[in-house]
Amino acid sequence: MPRVGIFICWCGTNISATVDIQRLLEAARSFPQVVYAGDYRYLCSEAGQALIKEKVREEKLDRVVVGTCSPRMHETTFRQAVAEAGLNPYLLEVANLREHCSWVHRDREEATAKAAALVRAAAAKAVLNTPLTAPQLPVEKRALVIGGGIAGIQAALDIAGAGFDVDLVEREPSIGGRMAQLDKTFPTLDCSACILTPKMVEVAQHPRINLFTYARVEAVEGFVGQFKVKIRHRARSVDPARCTGCGACFEKCPVQVPSEFELGLSRRKAIYVPFPQAVPNIPVIDREHCLYFKKGRCRNCEKNCPAEAIDYEQEDQVTETLYGAIVVATGFDMLNPKPYGEYGYGRHPDVITALEFERLLNASGPTGGKIIRRSNGAPPETVVFVQCVGSRDKARGMDYCSRICCMYTAKQAILLKEKLPHVRAYVFYIDVRTAGKGYEEFHRRAVEEYGVIYLRGNVGKVFPGEDGLVARGVDTLSGELLEIKADLVVLAGAAVARHDAAELGRLVGINSDRYHFFNEAHPKLKPVDTHTAGIFIAGACHAPKDIPDTVAQAGAAAAKAAALLSQDQRQGEACVALVDVSRCAGCLYCREVCPYGAISAVPAEQAGPGQGGEGTVAQVNPALCQGCGSCTVVCRPGAVTLQGFTDQQIVAEVEALCLKR
Amino acid sequence: MSEALKGKGADNGGTAAGVGGSRSSGSGNGAWQPLIVAFCCNWCSYAGGDLAGTSRLSYPANVRVIRVTCSSRVNPLHVMRAFQRGADGVLIAGCHPGDCHYTSGNYHARRRFSIFARLLEHAGLEPERFQVRWISSSEGDRFAEVMQEMTETIKALGPNERWVDPRWLKIT
Repeated sequence: MPRVGIFICWCGTNISATVDIQRLLEAARSFPQVVYAGDYRYLCSEAGQALIKEKVREEKLDRVVVGTCSPRMHETTFRQAVAEAGLNPYLLEVANLREHCSWVHRDREEATAKAAALVRAAAAKAVLNTPLTAPQLPVEKRALVIGGGIAGIQAALDIAGAGFDVDLVEREPSIGGRMAQLDKTFPTLDCSACILTPKMVEVAQHPRINLFTYARVEAVEGFVGQFKVKIRHRARSVDPARCTGCGACFEKCPVQVPSEFELGLSRRKAIYVPFPQAVPNIPVIDREHCLYFKKGRCRNCEKNCPAEAIDYEQEDQVTETLYGAIVVATGFDMLNPKPYGEYGYGRHPDVITALEFERLLNASGPTGGKIIRRSNGAPPETVVFVQCVGSRDKARGMDYCSRICCMYTAKQAILLKEKLPHVRAYVFYIDVRTAGKGYEEFHRRAVEEYGVIYLRGNVGKVFPGEDGLVARGVDTLSGELLEIKADLVVLAGAAVARHDAAELGRLVGINSDRYHFFNEAHPKLKPVDTHTAGIFIAGACHAPKDIPDTVAQAGAAAAKAAALLSQDQRQGEACVALVDVSRCAGCLYCREVCPYGAISAVPAEQAGPGQGGEGTVAQVNPALCQGCGSCTVVCRPGAVTLQGFTDQQIVAEVEALCLKR
Repeated sequence: MSEALKGKGADNGGTAAGVGGSRSSGSGNGAWQPLIVAFCCNWCSYAGGDLAGTSRLSYPANVRVIRVTCSSRVNPLHVMRAFQRGADGVLIAGCHPGDCHYTSGNYHARRRFSIFARLLEHAGLEPERFQVRWISSSEGDRFAEVMQEMTETIKALGPNERWVDPRWLKIT
């Protein structure tokens, strides 16, 4: 007869304020096979765990039920405690009394009754628990980093620095990402390229880093320690082994296309590098626009290439590689403010986005660093910066704060004033948020030292006036309706998830929030883990963030990945499917639904003793099985069970929950 | 014999309303309260339930969750058993199609349970009593909403009297 011990946690007042612990204990003592029921203020504390261990020995318990927070929180903690007491860790069950009960119900009677039902169900299941052992699985000592912006660069460098091989995949022809597009960085006004390019070069030269640019991840299979990843290396049409990066090829290219890097503010050729400091400094032919690929003639680049590096015959290559860990660092997009009609973006050439303004500020940008109006090429006399375009805008479905805009606007206003000291600069804002080291001081400098005028309020409309544009808004502090003549309007659009973030999330197997930013496993304690073991996130693909935070997070993700890769073996899943060969009919429907290819057909006589049967039966490879249990339901003879979640266990829970309510 | 809580039965005149109520509506000391068994996948819906808790959202205590690895782990027989044992409603909740932690489990569940729902309806069960919902781990608010809605729907339908096994009622 199993001897069940029940331990109820108060969680301070988190559980005890809503659930009557004494009555719950009384009820628990009446449940079948329960020989002990006790409580503790914080069961997860060392003393709480000690109580469990003590009672397991004293009362000779062989099943432990804890009524605590969610098993997703502390199941591992309590499994370990149980193991230390000499029991198999899988003889533990958790009743979720906090997240699923005390925190969501207000009525003490109802919550107490429900808590009792949950504990009874956990006890009923625990009685049927069996000892399980997790298999030891190999860890492939190689990491994949997806995204070559500052987050991916930092993560790759840190993982490589820890002594592991890293493949860095970037879909653009060069690494660098958003940071490469920036002119200066706040709050130090460091030149963005000056601090970024050394890191880019370091990545390219690092003996442990393989850089795959112009490449995309196509498929991810497998699981932590053994991710099988397909990468498509797009044809550059340039042989990297021969190319010297001299640039002779694009000089003679007759095709002109809006430059993606310059946000369409200038044009690039059909054979190009996105920006002068590109790494690798090897051009690609944009086959969509290249005359030769479109019409079969031209070949100017080939004629001009002194290194004979042009190769029109190159084809995409798809590789498949094993990785132990993956870091996703795919960054963010800037909101296209066109649908926000009141600002007139797209209608008036002098309404631009902050990122476009950044390119105007940049000495290697489309205007050589001159700030000019696109309508007439003249420098502006008044510039209006508009904050929170799309951010903090519940009505349009984006409630969040983009976090970087307050600071980069202060930066842009300062840089503007440095270049054109007589310009009047206005900033319309909702709140100025400057949490960060040196950030508030920087903002104060913009106001006090540079005389940037901050107006608290929204801009309601931007429209053409007699001479230039007019920005109309309300100063909510004075209640005054303002109309400001503006030669240039700069919109701080929201930082949004990459347009294809959801697709990538699906491909890699991580989930995202409703704005399509990737979710961390725990908002406080697991900021770089995802719910998929072995996959970590870094940078603005997780949420809008500035460069220091991105670099910090990338370092954290790298440390986590390196910690994983430093293990020779990893504990696999213990709750895996098991075939009862004596019942298996050999239909192999289970194999059809298994997403991991974990089920194979073996001759019956090989499968198990006492068989002697003919034909084939199913067999589960516990190293591959991830324990979803899909196979159990398709099995008509009921030969497949999922250990830890057997039919008997689930039915026991159902019945316990339905008993006397 | 085990009771949910001593002194909480409907017939002993205690103050217990809510989940301590009796099966037949109107009798005893409180209005009949439905029991809803919710099978939630560990990765999305159960986590969504956790988020509802962390966010201190509120929903009726009528819902009791059973954690399963994946919505595809739920066997139609588990659902049948819940109805036979007196559940007034059964909910299966999994990751949104396309977001399954196990790649394809919720697709199997979707096909399986859309057929099963029709079978139940054919057999005379009110279709509202058996529902399948997709709730992601970031949708704590949706989790609470679904539980609220389902409870209200079942309350309007009344107790599951036809499918419950009368022998079971005697035991309890």
